Parts: sequence; structure tokens; C-alpha cells
Amino acid sequence: MSRQEVIYRHSSTVRVTHWVNVVALLVLLMSGLQIFNAHPALYFGSKSNFDDPVMAMRPMKHGEEIVGVTTIAGWNIDTTNLFGLAYSPDGDYEVRGFPWSVTLPGHRDLSTGRRWHFFFAWLFVINGLAYLIYGFASGHLSKDLAPSGSELKHIGGSIWEHLRLRFPQGEDAKRYNVLQKLAYLIVALVLLPLMLATGLAMSPGMDAGYPFLLEIFGGRQSARTIHFIAASGIVLFVVVHLALVLISGVWNNLRSMITGRYVIKLPGGQP
Amino acid sequence: MSGRPKLDRRGFLTRGLAVASAALLGGCDSELSYQPWLRHILDSAEALTRVAQRTLLSPTALAREYSEADISKDFKANGSTDVDDDDYRSLAANGFADWKLKVDGLVAQPLELSLAELRAVPSRTQITRHDCVEGWSCIGKWTGVPLKALLDKAELKPSARYLVFYCADDLGETGNDDGKYYESIGLIDAFHPQTILAYEMNGAPLSIPHGAPLRLRVERQLGYKMAKYVMRIEAVDEIAGIRGGRGGFWEDRGYEWYAGI
Repeated sequence: MSRQEVIYRHSSTVRVTHWVNVVALLVLLMSGLQIFNAHPALYFGSKSNFDDPVMAMRPMKHGEEIVGVTTIAGWNIDTTNLFGLAYSPDGDYEVRGFPWSVTLPGHRDLSTGRRWHFFFAWLFVINGLAYLIYGFASGHLSKDLAPSGSELKHIGGSIWEHLRLRFPQGEDAKRYNVLQKLAYLIVALVLLPLMLATGLAMSPGMDAGYPFLLEIFGGRQSARTIHFIAASGIVLFVVVHLALVLISGVWNNLRSMITGRYVIKLPGGQP
Repeated sequence: MSGRPKLDRRGFLTRGLAVASAALLGGCDSELSYQPWLRHILDSAEALTRVAQRTLLSPTALAREYSEADISKDFKANGSTDVDDDDYRSLAANGFADWKLKVDGLVAQPLELSLAELRAVPSRTQITRHDCVEGWSCIGKWTGVPLKALLDKAELKPSARYLVFYCADDLGETGNDDGKYYESIGLIDAFHPQTILAYEMNGAPLSIPHGAPLRLRVERQLGYKMAKYVMRIEAVDEIAGIRGGRGGFWEDRGYEWYAGI
């Protein structure tokens, strides 16, 4: 039998803001896809050059057939029934971007999607501010998340360990490892604030008062495209995060984010 | 837009969590979005957005103006692109020479102005970005009468709080006034220097798809606020009693009255 030690891993502020964020980001993503579906195309610059989107989901004629096509940077990919166009069993088709199964509400309704989006955007902002104020004031960000120089130097080793699905044990498990630190920092200090800033840059009101929002992103349509890319980055993070939570001890991880307590197996005591 | 409960931060967070748990329990069921209690909670964010933007924005902050080179070659005409109405057709056939804009309601001097009379008022030209609620943007050059000039001429009464724009197009296709387009704005936007009634687009008389003879421009809000085919402007103290009561065609169909985001 190995020895165990229970540590208090996550403060109550981190736990509460984490779960509020989970809900807010899920609603924001699904209602965001509803809003995207109102015009499923992305552009760079200030305005929409309808003939030249950087990304679009749309119907196209392919011989006799109408297919759903996703265009990315000039490449056309047939995505019938997934993106752009979907056939129903009776042969009718519907033009749309993302499937309604991943949008909120679950059918075309832009105004309701916007209501969900902006309510939860406020919740996300208030929650995020609470986290950041706590994070800076308590030293959580500098103590728990900022990687040290030596950690950064040995990042190669940490990547190799992760690829072999080996996770820190014993004393090392009491802290985040360098990849966790970097991933959480990038999400908390780069991707999530970027979502807010690009979201505000799409507001004609905010653009009038704060024109730098347009300057830093290269125009409103660029901001909309970056909003989409940053959201994709967060989805990618969540997929990897969930996978690692699952394989590195799902109950221990979940308990630590609910009660704060995390069990560490210490070496020694083995036969 | 009054009579809504005041929001404090704690109330907002508590409600947010209530809504969130309901969403999870309901499996984000489509029907959930249409529960009146939930809709009421979700809609409260509009007041927060409006108050925040009014606080963060100076009443005179100008929307960005672009250069001639930025003008969209293919400015999308959305919503109504024509008016299927005999009166309108005969006005259009005559180049709107017989058309008159009415300005009435809470004004000391009701007006009836022809296109020639509007053109005689000192005009403003601006190249601005038009942001559709759907997500796209187009840039166009607009020339027209500052709304302020008309309101000064009509001598707006102190009790007036909103300007309501009645349009010729029956976007709702109801065949009566219920389906006709209309919009409303508050006094901050009404007196904003870039709020104009445009009769020219890109240097030519406004075309029918873009709202001939007159279209409202409210540059710090979304496209649906910029009513086309404007026939009458009414100054009122409340919008609750007009048609659906929410201040506009799309507002009556669930969209925000304050369309600054």
C-alpha cells in the first residue's frame, strides 16, 4: 500500500469561478454558433467582401446535386450534412452553417441566440474579473501559475512525459506542471480576454467610443474572425483539458475542483 | 424602456446561476428559451448593456468615418428591398416629387417637407460602416439632413423622449400597419451629429433597395435601427403604446431596442 496525503488544492474562489465559467462558456459557445449561423462566413478587414470570404459554409452546385461546402482560405471542402447544407430524410435540404444540435436555441432564432449570448457575456465578464482580481491579489497567478525559469528550461522533458501519459507524482503533484501552467495562463490571460476584446470590437457603439478596438484587430470583420478563431482555441483547450482530467485520475481531479481536496500518493510504504 | 427592475451585481450573479442550472437541467431544450420568466431574466442584460455603453460613450463620440477607397462595391440590401404598395409605386414613378415627410407628435411646429425642401437644408456627408445584426458589414457614403436640424425646425417639446420613424414597407406582410416597418430612437441618438436622414447613397439618389426616398442613419447602432422608406417621424414620450410596444419592427420580434452591440 502506498501512503496518501490530502492537500487543499483549489481555493473556493478558483472553484466557484471555474464552474461559473464552465456554464458561461458552454452557453456562449452554443449561442455564438447560433449567431454565426445568421451569416456563416468570415472576412478580414473592416467590411465583408462577400465574394472573398476567408471562411464560409454555404451551398454550391456540384453537377446536378446541391452540396454543402466549407471554404477555408480558398479551399472548398464538401461538408454536406455537416456544415453549409443538410438534407432531411425526405430529400429536402436546409441551408445553414453549424448543425442546430450544437446551437442555442436548437433552431434558427438569431434574436434569442443574442439574448443568451449577451446575458452570459456579462456573467462571463463579472466572473472573469472576480477571478483576475483574486488571482493577482492573492498571488494565485504568480505563485501557482507563473512558470519558473528552470521549469521553462525543462519544458521538453515535460512534453515528453505528457506524450507518454505519465503525470507528476508525489511532491511534484502538489504543483501544476509547466505545461498546465502555460495552458491555464494562456487561456486566462490571453484567449478569454481576447474573446471579450474582439466581442467589444464588433459593437458599433464601443467602436465609436474606443476606435483602438478596430485598430488593434484590423477592422470589425477581422475582429469577428479572430473571435471565431479564439473560440476555436478555447474549444481545443477544453477537449485536451477534459481528456487529461479523465486519464490523470478523474475522481480525484473532480473532487479537488468541487471540495478543494486532492489526494497525492507518496512514494514509500510499498512492499 | 423604464419600469424594469434595477440590477445590482449580486442579483445578476444569482440570477445567472439560476438560469445556468435551469439550462443544464433542461438540457438546453429549445423550449426553455421561450419560458417567459427566463426570457425576462435574459432580457435584463440589454438594460445593463445600454447603461454600460451610455456610461462609457460620450453622447457625441463619432462612429469611425472611412475613405472613398473603403466603400463597398456590393453593399448588401437587406430586409425590404422594395415596397409593394400602390401609393408608394406612384410616388416612385414620379421620382418622389410628390412625396412629403411628415414630422409631428410632440412638436410645436409640425412639418411637411418635400425632397427638394430637405435638400435645401445644409446637409452632412459621411462614409460609415453599416453593421448588420447578422454579422456582416458594408461601407457606404451617405448624404442627408441632420435629424437635429429638423427637430430644431419643428421645435421639439420638452416632454418628447423618443422619435418614431414610420416606414412604407410591409416587411411583416400582414397587409396592415402591424407588419409595417417602424423604428424608434432616444434623444441622445436623435441629436447625435451623425444621425441623418439620407437621401443620397454613394453620390447618387438613394435607390429603392436601399430605402428611397429617405433612410435613417444611426451610426452607433446596428443596421435594423436604420429604417428605410421613412414616411413620417413622430415625437413621443413613450413607445409602449405603439404597435408591439417595444419600439420597432424587429424589437417587437425579440431583438434589442438598444442595438449598440
